[in-house]
This record gives sequence, C-alpha cells and structure tokens, in this order.
Amino acid sequence: MSNRVAIIGVGMCKFGELWDKSLVDITLEAGMYSIFDSGVRGADIDGLVIGNMSAGRFTGQEHLGAQAADIGGLGDMPAYSVEAACASGGAAVRHAYMAIKSGEHDVMLVLGAEKMSDVNQTEAMNTISVASDWEWEGMFGATFPALYAFMARRHMKEYGTTEEQLAMPTVKNHANAAHNEWAQFQRAVPIEVVMKSGLLADPLRVLHSAPITDGAAGLVMCREDLAKKYTDTPVFIESSEQSGDTLALHDRQSITTMNAVVNSTRSALKEANLELKDIDVFELHDSFSIGEIILTEDVGIAKKGEGGKVIEEGITQIGGKFPVNTSGGLKARGHPIGATGVAQIVELALQLRGDAEKRQVDGAEKGLAVNIGGTGATSIAHILGR
Amino acid sequence: MVGIVGYGVYVPRYRIKTSDIAEVWGEDSARIGKGLGVFEKSVPGPDEDVATISVEAARNAIKRSEIDPTDIGAVYVGSESHPYAVKPTGTIVAEAIGCSHDMTCADFEFACKAGTAAIQTCMGLATSKMVKLGLAIGADTAQGRPGDALEYSAAAGGAAFIIGMKDVIATIEDTASFTTDTPDFWRREGEDFPSHGARFTGEPAYFRHVGEGAKLLFKKTKTNVDDYDYFVFHMPNGKFPIAMGAQLKVPPEKLEDSLVVRQIGNTYSASAMIGLARVLDIAKSGSKICMVAYGSGAGSDAFSITVEDAIEERRGEVPTVDDYIERKTYVNYATYAKYRRKIKG
Amino acid sequence: MAEHGVAQIWRRIKSIYNIQGNKCETCETHFFPPRPVCPTCRRKGKLVDYQFKGLGSIYSFAVVRQAPDDFKRQMPYVIAQVELDEGTRLTTQIVNVDPENVEIGMRVRACFRKIKEFGQSGVIMYGYKFEPTMKVTGHEV
Repeated sequence: MSNRVAIIGVGMCKFGELWDKSLVDITLEAGMYSIFDSGVRGADIDGLVIGNMSAGRFTGQEHLGAQAADIGGLGDMPAYSVEAACASGGAAVRHAYMAIKSGEHDVMLVLGAEKMSDVNQTEAMNTISVASDWEWEGMFGATFPALYAFMARRHMKEYGTTEEQLAMPTVKNHANAAHNEWAQFQRAVPIEVVMKSGLLADPLRVLHSAPITDGAAGLVMCREDLAKKYTDTPVFIESSEQSGDTLALHDRQSITTMNAVVNSTRSALKEANLELKDIDVFELHDSFSIGEIILTEDVGIAKKGEGGKVIEEGITQIGGKFPVNTSGGLKARGHPIGATGVAQIVELALQLRGDAEKRQVDGAEKGLAVNIGGTGATSIAHILGR
Repeated sequence: MVGIVGYGVYVPRYRIKTSDIAEVWGEDSARIGKGLGVFEKSVPGPDEDVATISVEAARNAIKRSEIDPTDIGAVYVGSESHPYAVKPTGTIVAEAIGCSHDMTCADFEFACKAGTAAIQTCMGLATSKMVKLGLAIGADTAQGRPGDALEYSAAAGGAAFIIGMKDVIATIEDTASFTTDTPDFWRREGEDFPSHGARFTGEPAYFRHVGEGAKLLFKKTKTNVDDYDYFVFHMPNGKFPIAMGAQLKVPPEKLEDSLVVRQIGNTYSASAMIGLARVLDIAKSGSKICMVAYGSGAGSDAFSITVEDAIEERRGEVPTVDDYIERKTYVNYATYAKYRRKIKG
Repeated sequence: MAEHGVAQIWRRIKSIYNIQGNKCETCETHFFPPRPVCPTCRRKGKLVDYQFKGLGSIYSFAVVRQAPDDFKRQMPYVIAQVELDEGTRLTTQIVNVDPENVEIGMRVRACFRKIKEFGQSGVIMYGYKFEPTMKVTGHEV
C-alpha cells in the first residue's frame, strides 16, 4: 500500500486544571511538541486541523484554526476547526487522514484542544450537555452524567452488572495513568474509594466520571512516501471509520449498546483486513466507567452484557489479552473534550513505537481507538499499525 | 340555566405542620393548631406555581366534564400570586389545556375572591351567550412573611370551574356580592409578602362582608339558612368560618364538610372553591349549597347552588379533594423555606 | 433578536405543554418530539400530528445530585427516560415521588410543571414532567 497515511510526530501538554495557561498556550504547547517530535519544519506543513467542541462557550473564542496557525507562526496555510462534541478530536484526525489520502494535502498538523476551567460549574455542565439533545434532554434537567446513569441502570438490570464492576474501569485506568507523565491524575485509586465517592447521578459517582480538564494534543501526519524523510518509526493509520446514531439517547432501541461503536469498529477492522484478536492495545472512550464497559462489549472484547465480567477478569489491564486505556483513559488522563480523540491516537502511536515506557504493552503492533461524541451519536474508530 | 358543567382541583403534595412552624418561631407549638384551626398546610414544590396548579385543576375539570376544550370561550384565572406581574397566567392555562385561539382571557385579582369573581364573569358571558363555556380558576401559592401569623395558614392550591348553560352538574340559581373599601390585607407592588390589619381583618372585614353577602343572597333568592344543606365560607383559618356559621345560625354539621382548611391551610383564591368542590364530591342530587367567598379589600361573593342528577356520572373520573388531601409528604421548615424561596440561593 | 429563551421555548409550546408529537402513517411509528422526516420511510413517509396520551412507564432513571444552578432548589431530583404507551421514549423529570421509591417499570402520567426559569426576571418555561399515577380514580385512563 503506497498511499497510507503516516503519523510521524506526537505531542501533548500535561492535562489538568491549568490555571496559568490559556487555550492558546496549551494549543501551542501540544503543536510545538508534535512538530519537534516529527522533525518537520514549519514550512513543510501544508494544512492544519484542530478538533474542539466549544471554545466559544468555554473561552469566548471561535475560529480556532486561524488562531492556531497564526500563533504557531505557520502563516497562511489552510486551517480548519472541526466539531463532533466529545469526538471532535477523532474527527480532526479523520479529517486530516482524508485530506492526505485524497492527495490534497501532504503534511498536516492535527490538534485537539479544550480549555474548560475558565467557566463556572453551571456553564461547564450546560456546555457539556449540548453534546446530547439540548432542547429535549438537557433543558429538561438531564445532566450529562444522568444520561450515562440511564445506561448504567439498564445495564445493571439487563445483565446484572454490579457496583464493583462499575468501579473497576476507574481503578484500572488510574493505575495506568500513574505511569503517564501527561495524565491529570497520576495516582492509583483503591476500589473502596471509588465505590464510596459522592453520587453525581445515581448510580453514577464522581469517580466513575471523567474530570473537567484543560488540555491539548497534537499529531503530525503525512503521506507514507514522505514519512521516511522525517522518522524511522512512523506508525500508520490502517483505517479510519465513522458512524452515527440518534442525537437523543431516548430515541435508541437499546441504551446498553452503541450502534455507532459497533458499526464504526466493524468497518474499521474490515477496512484494515484485521480481526479483533489482531489488536494489541485499545483506547476506548471512558467518559464514564459504564462507557468503557459498554464499549468493551461493542468493539467485541466482551460478549454483550459481559463487559463487567471482562474487566473483573483482568483481560483489559496491561498484561491482559486486550489492554484498554493504557494511557489512563479519559478518567485519569483527563478529558479536555476536543483534545481527547487526538490524545487517544498519541497514546496508540507511542505504544506502537515502543515509547510508552512503564505502561508499554510488549510488542504492540496494532491499536484501536474509539472516540465517541455525546451519548454515542457519533463514533469514530481508528486502527493504527506500524 | 347557568351552572357548573365540570370542576377540578389540585393541591400540591407537600405539607408542613403548623406546630413545626411554631417551633421555629418559639411559639406554643402544642396549641397553635387548635388555636388557629389549621393543623397543617400545603406547600408547593419548587417547580409549582399558580400557572402549573391552575393547569392541573383545569385538566381535571375538563376530564370530569368531558367537554371539548375548544368550546371554552373565556379563561379567567383569579390569584394574588400570579407568576408574572405583567403577562397573563390564563394564556399559559389555555394553551396547556388545548383551547382554541378564538377565545378571551384575563387574570383577575381580588385577594381571596378573585376566583369566584371569575365564576360570576363566566356566568354572565354564558347566560348572555357570548361564550358557550367559560373557565373560572382560583389558584394561589400564598406566602406569609416568615414569623408572621399568616405564615401558619398561607397555603397553595387551585380549583377550576367550567361554567355553561348545558349539561350542568349543579345549577347556580343566583349570586350576590357585597363590596366596600376596607383595607384589611394588602401587598404593595414589589413587596414579597403581604401586610394585614391583624384583628382588623375580623369583625369589620371578614365577618361583616361574608355575613352581608349571605344576607343579600338570602334576600335576593327568598331563602334562609334552613333552605340549604351545605354552607361553604372562605377559610382564612379554621376558626373564622365556624364563627361566621354561628353568627348566621348555621348548624355546624352543614359547614363541617367544607372545612378543608384544617388539613391544607388557606389556599386564598382557591379556598372557598376547594370547599365547594369537597361538597360537590359528596353531595346528593338535589342538595342546596350556599357558598360565600371573601376577598380582602374587601368584598364577598355569595352563590346559591343546587346539585343536579348528572353529577353522579361525573364522579370517579378524576381525583377528589380528599384524594389530594390524603396524598401528602411532610417537609420540615428548612425544606419549606428552600422551596418557598425564603432562603435566597 | 429575542430575549434569551423566549422564541426558543415559544415555538415548541405545543410539544412541551401537551406532549404533541407526530406519527408516520406509512410505518405507524410515533415520534416525540415531532420529526420533520420519518427516518425509516423518508420521502415515502406521511407525518401527521399526534397527541400523546401522556401515560407510560419508567425505562431508566437517575437521581441527580449535581446540577446546574437553575435546578439546585429541586435536588436531589429524579430524571428518567419514560416509555410512553405509544412506544416512544422521552426524557423527563419524575415528581411527586421520593427518589428511593422510583423503579424501572413504574407507571407514570404527565403533569404540568415549571421546567426552567431564565433567571429572576426572565421568561419561565413550563411543560411536562411525569408523576406516579395516584392510587385514585381516573389516573390510569
């Protein structure tokens, strides 16, 4: 395959509550880091795309493509901002993938950024809620955690998923993040603490939920034939697939499965000529722990209803058969909305390059990232290989 | 003849015991209930107001009467606690119960008798054939200043009466009003809580107006106390209507069935109307009812009503007054203060 | 331009006051809120207004304990997906019940409440919430 798309550089800022940094500061940091990592010169880049959900509400600034190119000193190149709620980052990666694959662009800088801590809690909650159906869910009092609580309660009823199982993704992901210097929470959390943390929207608790995070992540992507000019360890996007579903959760036949995840993952595996057993490392969208449980089922790691059992058996921890969220996931790495989908790809690239240090999955060759928007109205799946 | 085609009530689910209020203000909590004749009062939830209470009551009235809501030509909501100072409550109600847009609507205010003033207006419109059906609502979410005597009784509830000429379940033979300028209770523009004349609200205000209203009605209809099976008076507390009955020589058992004030407090514009509804829930066909509503400021509206046979088949379709009285959840003073926005958040 | 919330609420009044949706006469599916296009039949679909009865049962629910400021006075409150008897689901608050008594499958009926206030001086949004059917006459039909 001569026209694959390569990832030749990755970068991030440390995620967290970054009081002293603005949206521009963190975007610049992630962009510069990935450019330096790739070895390209600014002049080699011929396009920029940035994933962001809601800078207009979080910071008051839109038109982030132009802003990022301007501040980064990248001049007059075409620059776009793309939005797909929590899947904005994945959408940015996919946008660049398509642009390079089509031949329109050669080398692109992909960014994802969100600065969430500059608003109060009400504004933050309402802004996150607009990823669901605002007029028919959010406005009626359904907070974002409440929508995931609907899924959790049904999952517990339909499949007997337990409160212990609901706490386990958090425990695993915190343990993984302890080895990720970019993560917001680099510390382990015992299961008792998760299970006793404050209730957000019963049955979901604070420690089942990804935090409010400031952060940015970046990638430099290019045509396969240009990659070797810059690096000896390129990784490749084997496939990029996207699928959709109803915007409102209440319009779905089942709320314990995400059709968009099932479909996008299936297409991505097919496109890459792979089977699930070929995948060595996963980044699955765990904005809430029930999300990780449902996604392990929908990508095929677990049978439907057995997502809780699979995590209990350790299959998804590092060293298990299907390690999920080695980075710490959204829960522990942090979830700066527009940056998340890009950060997932950063983690997979590091794993495939063998640069994931203490959280390295030995010999990882293929990785799958699933980035979802809202309560599953958008799902973007990427398979990476080296 | 003009009469009641249907009626419905609504009382919020929350209650606070008057003894719990007395406890907070250091009054004699053991005696307060008996002293006032009010043992608990209804408290609206944080998402309830006169518009929501009116809609619930009106939906019950429509369901009971089985009328087509597009036949309603007038909607009047009487209240002293309309959610908007300017913008009618009635339009919200009309839209929420499925009225056509070919109708008239206004909000009424006359302290606690705004709802019965609406009934009189609808009687006139129906009798003159200006409308086929009129909807008269009395609803309030009354507030007393924290610690004030009013706080023990000021409650929330609503009653809706559909007035028309056909298929009536009770005929309204006549109505009489007695009106003077008597400032016994008022709330100035922009004030959160009303003020009142304390003991002045009694003899020169409530008793004079209710008594004179009843007498005017008796004279106009050539009736006397013995002609009526039931009496319903406005219930600012549990004592006043009983004292009024005694003054008019009404046998206590003729008043007893309407005294909802003991369990739900003074629902202001809805008070006498919920009392009437309680009687309509149980009265046999042919029963005669005398209702006198009172509004501070001051005036009374008296009505002579006869229950018709058709009432029997209109029962059992919607919750009764007793259903609502018995559906209750107690809240403590702190929760009550939060719900009633006595604590600013 | 309109004051915050005013036109956005006003244009949906029929739906949010009375649960008015629509129905595709081609595939007999009910929609709430009303859909401009039947997602199954698309151009072959025939959409007509439909007034939902307002009765249903709880499909799933959550007890909200962290909410935006305009919901704080109601916390903890129950939010649920209600499956209407016509087969359509909607998201709504459940009132007149203590959170510990709510369960999946519970029968509920529509009632009328304040949904949201746009601040102390702004417009008030009214609409449907659901409550358990009372153990009294007339609530189940």
